[in-house]
Amino acid sequence: MELVQMQKSLQDYTKSLFLDGVLDSQFLQLQQLQDESNPDFVSQVVTLFFQDSDRILNDLSLSLDQQVVDFKKVDPHVHQLKGSSSSIGAQRVKNACVVFRSFCEQQNVEGCHRCLQQVKKEYYLVKNRLETLFKLEQQIVASGGMIPAMELGF
Amino acid sequence: MVCEMETDQQMEEMDVEVLSSMWPEDVGGTEPDNQFNVEKPAGDSDTLKEVDIAEKRTMADLKRLPDLLNTTDQGSTQLTNLVKQWEYMQDHAVRLLREELKILTKQREEAEAKELKIIEEHNFETEEPENVRVLDESSDLFRRFKEKKRDKLVGRKRIEIDEEFDTVAYWKQKALTFEKMLEASTERERRLIEKLNESLKTMESHSAPVEELTQNLKRAEGFLHFILQNAPIVMGHQDKDLRYLFIYNKFPTLREHDILGKTDVEIFHGGGVKESEDFKREVLEKGKASKREITFETDLFGSKTFLIYVEPVYNKAREKIGINYMGMEVTDQVRKREKMAKLREDNAVRKAMESELTKTIHITEETMRAKQMLATMSHEIRSPLSGVVGMAEILSTTKLDKEQRQLLNVMISSGDLVLQLINDILDLSKVESGVMKLEATKFRPREVVKHVLQTAAASLKKELTLEGNIADEVPILVVGDVLRIRQILTNLISNAIKFTHQGKVGIKLKVIPEPSFASDNTHKADAEEQNGLAETSVWICCDVYDTGIGIPENALPCLFKKYMQASADHARKYGGTGLGLAICKQLVELMGGQLTVTSQVNLGSTFTFILPYKVAASNDHSDDQDEFSDMVDHQPEPDDSTEGYFQFKPLLGSIYSNGGPVMGNNFLPHKAMLPSPVKLINGNTGQSESVQVENGGYMDDTRLETGSGHCPESAHQYENGNGRCPSKESESCSSSQASSEMESEFTVSSPREDVQTETEVKETSKQPKILLVEDNKINIMVAKSMMKQLGYTFDIANNGVEAITAINSSSYDLVLMDVCMPVLDGLKATRLIRSYEESGNWDAAVEAGVDIKVLENKQMSVRSTNRLPIIAMTANTLSESSEECYANGMDSFISKPVTLQKLKQCLQQYLH
Repeated sequence: MELVQMQKSLQDYTKSLFLDGVLDSQFLQLQQLQDESNPDFVSQVVTLFFQDSDRILNDLSLSLDQQVVDFKKVDPHVHQLKGSSSSIGAQRVKNACVVFRSFCEQQNVEGCHRCLQQVKKEYYLVKNRLETLFKLEQQIVASGGMIPAMELGF
Repeated sequence: MVCEMETDQQMEEMDVEVLSSMWPEDVGGTEPDNQFNVEKPAGDSDTLKEVDIAEKRTMADLKRLPDLLNTTDQGSTQLTNLVKQWEYMQDHAVRLLREELKILTKQREEAEAKELKIIEEHNFETEEPENVRVLDESSDLFRRFKEKKRDKLVGRKRIEIDEEFDTVAYWKQKALTFEKMLEASTERERRLIEKLNESLKTMESHSAPVEELTQNLKRAEGFLHFILQNAPIVMGHQDKDLRYLFIYNKFPTLREHDILGKTDVEIFHGGGVKESEDFKREVLEKGKASKREITFETDLFGSKTFLIYVEPVYNKAREKIGINYMGMEVTDQVRKREKMAKLREDNAVRKAMESELTKTIHITEETMRAKQMLATMSHEIRSPLSGVVGMAEILSTTKLDKEQRQLLNVMISSGDLVLQLINDILDLSKVESGVMKLEATKFRPREVVKHVLQTAAASLKKELTLEGNIADEVPILVVGDVLRIRQILTNLISNAIKFTHQGKVGIKLKVIPEPSFASDNTHKADAEEQNGLAETSVWICCDVYDTGIGIPENALPCLFKKYMQASADHARKYGGTGLGLAICKQLVELMGGQLTVTSQVNLGSTFTFILPYKVAASNDHSDDQDEFSDMVDHQPEPDDSTEGYFQFKPLLGSIYSNGGPVMGNNFLPHKAMLPSPVKLINGNTGQSESVQVENGGYMDDTRLETGSGHCPESAHQYENGNGRCPSKESESCSSSQASSEMESEFTVSSPREDVQTETEVKETSKQPKILLVEDNKINIMVAKSMMKQLGYTFDIANNGVEAITAINSSSYDLVLMDVCMPVLDGLKATRLIRSYEESGNWDAAVEAGVDIKVLENKQMSVRSTNRLPIIAMTANTLSESSEECYANGMDSFISKPVTLQKLKQCLQQYLH
């Protein structure tokens, strides 16, 4: 694939992520923080996010499968996930977490289960998209190109 | 007693005679029954006789009762009835006797007629009357003898007579027969007369009315006893002094002399007695029969409830002479009824509670929804927008040519304006939805005025004199919501500056007596309540005046309305959201005050707001200096807090230049007070460049001039004096201070390029020590990167306990504290840190379970003289959460997710 075309498609792809609400401006902040001294910052943070979230989601599934659900355990996990997703700009995960927490507050097991599914769905979506995004970036870098700067207004 | 009767004289006389003598003698036992209007019992009398009637439970004052009966209406009606009844019976008897008499008289007449006829016949046929005469004159004995003789002969001789018709013997015979018949007739008559006499005699004896009446009455009494003996009924009659004359069914242990002639109060003791007596008296006075339920609580019969019926009794002259009273015991019924009522009441209460709860739930839900909406709004609108503005600001730090910078500055200022608008709207909806809560903090009004003017002067781009004038009687220290008051002041001041092109703008504070509108205000009650706690309330009137364009009278009414400006023309010319004054008004009213305006076109306007404050004792002045004022470092003058007059005169526009942000204007505090070293630098930059801005276009000018990426308008938002950053993340801080900081240390054109140099600068001077307390790895990573870009490093603590340990072992200049953390959350940790600052020891922390050993070694070593700024990092943007942060001793907060911009602002504000 031609480099320019790849750059174009990366741009379009990134744009679509914002338009779909998968990511929000906080992700731009991350990109902003990435510079020569720390060239892999975004992917490092996101990878950390993936590791962290995989663990949290696993814990959440276990906690919610208990016969008696201990909401005092569930809530901090959701809070954590909410904080992390908010920090990297995974907007839809964050929003799902907000709903999740309200069900935790109500101690609604059924609602929590549904929310967990929703959070998982959103999480895998953002994970998938971000992985694709990084792949695209890697390809560009591999071809010796520059990763285009994100447009500020979208 | 005159009775209307049939004109039978005999009867009438009898009647009168009998009745007049009836009551005195015979009334005794039966008399009470006259109380009852009883018809003559018909067939019941037999049944009654069989009933065993308990002996009299009746008591009566025998002397007085007859009088009563004779003198009262009821009594006389009673007697009249009885008499009528009796008369009727007598009439009946007389009629019967008369009929019988008539029959007898008739018979007698017949008999006499017959006799006469016989005699006539005899005289006519007998020629020898001597015989007859002889016979007539003979004595009875002789006659009887003869008759006997003749009787024997008659039967025998009759046949003879028939045979020997017309003989002497025959006539003799016939005369004898007639004589016999006559005798029989006479005899019959005599007997009849006898019988008549007899019957007359029996009739006379039979008709004695007293006996009959007595019997009637006895029956009636028996009947009543039969009915009433087991009924829970007490009856009585009391005279007009409420002394008992008669009582039926009295309490068994009371004897006659215990009751009669006494009043209720004399007989019984305990609850209800007085009430019943009063009730009786009331009835007596009003003359109207009535019922009432009275519960007695007496030693004699315990607690019993009676339904009492009382009617007044009149004599024939319509004078009240007493009362009849009847009481029925209804204790059980009352108890049941009360139980029912209680149940019903409970039911109602429960229902009310239920509906109240539903309402509360509903309201709570509504509030939650409103809050949710606010939170959503603040996130959904502000976050992306601050992203845009933030990015633009970052962009402005990159290398740009002049035109690009110009465009970018317009973009940033517009963005800031929109952000301001959103903040205003949020403020308004917070006030309106009741989410906004007021905080009570001690503050110094003089300082507040001074700081407001200072910050206004800092961004002043016109040749205006700013002055503050505080009357001596205004207390040094008052209690109120300083943030809101500042907000109002800065709003009004920036408004005044906006519309004033020459002359001066100022604030004047004075104490006024309590205004009339407050006297019926609930606030007053509150204030008075708290007066008891050794605090007094004071009303302070604050004038914000200017010599500006003024406001036409017709525009005054809609001045405080939302989105309204004096005219569309002004809106174009001066910009602004049209919400500022509406917010001010709402805030003032929320605090229980009043905002008014007077104005003259082309001469100026004066906005006046009066607010109640509580006066705080100012003797602890030196102790809490640093708590109320972060200016300690900058303004060491001790008399600052009592200074009553400030003036900030325009210089000839001191400007920073050579690559640094440009300060739009400068100021010179009155009396050459330039306490802050930073400000001294400002004052001495020496660069003078007159910036004269005639109108609202200043905004763009400033952008061009300063290039510092700060919003000029935000000067009024900058809240310096209390060491608190405004709670809204997007309020940009571009005070004089911030600007000066920019010059001395932050003159960064492009962060990415200058990180190295910047860091070096820091290290050579003094790198501030920052502690980040955060448990989320990702957040730490992001924050780290941001800090790096801003040229800072920091230590990390993963929870409150680690934070305390870190603070204990080394001194920090700033703490960024996550609120929600495991082990020990940010709020608690902050409280413990504040407690350490106050007491110099970690006792509170130790009490809270933080490891002692770690803390011991450094105790008292780093007794911090300054208050350590602690900035909360919270996910919630609602006022509640900020209040919580403040209440726990935090200085400000950053809402999550943390952005470069927010972090930068915060660090700039608190690190210098």
